[in-house]
Amino acid sequence: MSTLEFRNVSKRYWVRGSGHLLALDDVSFTLASGQTIALVGQSGSGKSTIAKIITQLERQTSGDVLLDGTPIPRAGRGLRRYRQQVRMVFQDPFASLNPYHTIRHHIERPLRLDRVVPKFEVEDEVRRLLERVRLDPDELIDRRPHELSGGQRQRVAIARALASRPSLLIADEPVSMLDVSIRLGVLNLLADLQRESRLGVLYITHDLATARHFSDEIMVLHRGVVVERGPADRVILDPQHEYTRALRDASPDPDKHFGAAAGATTTGADS
Amino acid sequence: MTYPTTAANAVAETLPRRPRRGSPLSRLGASFAMFRNAKSITGLVILGFFVLLAVFGDLISPYGPLEKDFTALRQPPSAAHWLGTTHMGEDVLSQIIFGTRGVLIVGFAAGIIATLIAVVIGVTAGYISGWRSESLSALTNVFLVLPGLPLIIIVASQYENPSLLLVAGVLAITGWAWGGRVLRAQTMSLRNRDFVQAARANGEPLWRIITVEMLPNLTAVIASSFVGTVTAAVLGLTTLAFIGVIPITNLNWGTILFWAQQNGAFPDYWWWYIPAGLCIALLGMALALVNFGIDEYVNPRLRSAGERARALRKKGATISDSVTAVRAPKGDA
Repeated sequence: MSTLEFRNVSKRYWVRGSGHLLALDDVSFTLASGQTIALVGQSGSGKSTIAKIITQLERQTSGDVLLDGTPIPRAGRGLRRYRQQVRMVFQDPFASLNPYHTIRHHIERPLRLDRVVPKFEVEDEVRRLLERVRLDPDELIDRRPHELSGGQRQRVAIARALASRPSLLIADEPVSMLDVSIRLGVLNLLADLQRESRLGVLYITHDLATARHFSDEIMVLHRGVVVERGPADRVILDPQHEYTRALRDASPDPDKHFGAAAGATTTGADS
Repeated sequence: MTYPTTAANAVAETLPRRPRRGSPLSRLGASFAMFRNAKSITGLVILGFFVLLAVFGDLISPYGPLEKDFTALRQPPSAAHWLGTTHMGEDVLSQIIFGTRGVLIVGFAAGIIATLIAVVIGVTAGYISGWRSESLSALTNVFLVLPGLPLIIIVASQYENPSLLLVAGVLAITGWAWGGRVLRAQTMSLRNRDFVQAARANGEPLWRIITVEMLPNLTAVIASSFVGTVTAAVLGLTTLAFIGVIPITNLNWGTILFWAQQNGAFPDYWWWYIPAGLCIALLGMALALVNFGIDEYVNPRLRSAGERARALRKKGATISDSVTAVRAPKGDA
């Protein structure tokens, strides 16, 4: 069991010419293993900034990020141990794998870096991980990313993220760059893995439908501020904040015909 | 002349075969892929020809480079002297063959030194940020505007008999900056790519991020800057020899032109200066072809339509189905 906590985290970017940009304003939340939280918001709302701070690719300007009650160290072994526990799947599988290296290399590196398994078992572990994400190791292990489809690449990226056996996984819009027809497959894979390993997943998205499908809780981010947080169904069906309502009404509803009055509730049928 | 075909075979032999997956050979093959196109191969064949001349010069050349035959002064090409003779009765062909060595040694040594400097400074400046990056960039700019030839003339004139390596060193110091700039720009764009960020988030140490994750993606840029510097160094060396800064004991194509100029060869004794000029042009063309080949590899849009069609046919596709030729994904069922 691990718990990640954001305590009053703010992040300012220095923009040349126009002063500061407050990307995150006093954000607090907790994410425990076994739990799935969807982080929803439009572009520029600070979703990716949260991901960068969680993975410590960037440091928060103020506030604390704690794992099991201890703040993340800036460098050294402590930071490495933290990173081994918290892994990330990037948005674009076409950019997140190094075109020069084989699939084997991508999954092997975290295994070797964190000494997850003894050296002679690395190869077997790579194969096991590929099988866990429903890929055929014999066929793919020595290929390079450009020989794979988008969905296969994203599965490789997931396998890489799972290699260090983390307890928390950040998925930054993991399906937004994929073909619509394979999105569900990748999402269901994430859901299965989450259940199998009791992972805590922070699912970053701007798609309310998959957020509801996939997660227990939804957290709505608007201009760097968390405006609403609650159980997925409650947030979607009975949004408290004006922005959440706007966001919900902006997403297309397959049950509703275009002719129907805009803003009419469809909640009755759902609940 | 049998050399070109021998050179062609030699180069063809060293070209990678279709690599097997996963073997260290296939990694090597991937690094050489940029040379596997018609332009690069033509350039490499010509280059290989000159390398053979340089290596086996002693065996091939019919006379010693300074061997004087006073019965044949300023003779036009003949059976005894294929490219004629100088005012001292020296064989021009032999001088050209012996001169190749100096040209190539200086060219490649300068290219290697300059590329090393460019990689170290360019990649570092691209990866770090803030004032350190800016100061490295400023340093590069200073070297970029440094006038190369005058500097070399000053340095070379300090020495009685500057060695080839000294000349190469000075040419390298004045010639690395352009490659350094290009590498800095490429590194800056690479460092923000997701796969570098992913390596950082995995906790990869900095040296591994730079050497294992980033450098392989820079090979084409590095190779092209190397080839560019070699070209500049060859031209620099022959220019220096021609204007007489490098002493005559240091035989190369530039020295031949120097003597031709000193003894009023222009324009009547054409066999004395045209071959040396042609060799410089040919070597420059070979290096430029290699560079064009690398450019095409990096940016396939530079290929002509005919070449694109040929490349497609090689893969077993025709130009009309190129758009839809996508592997059926197996993992996404």
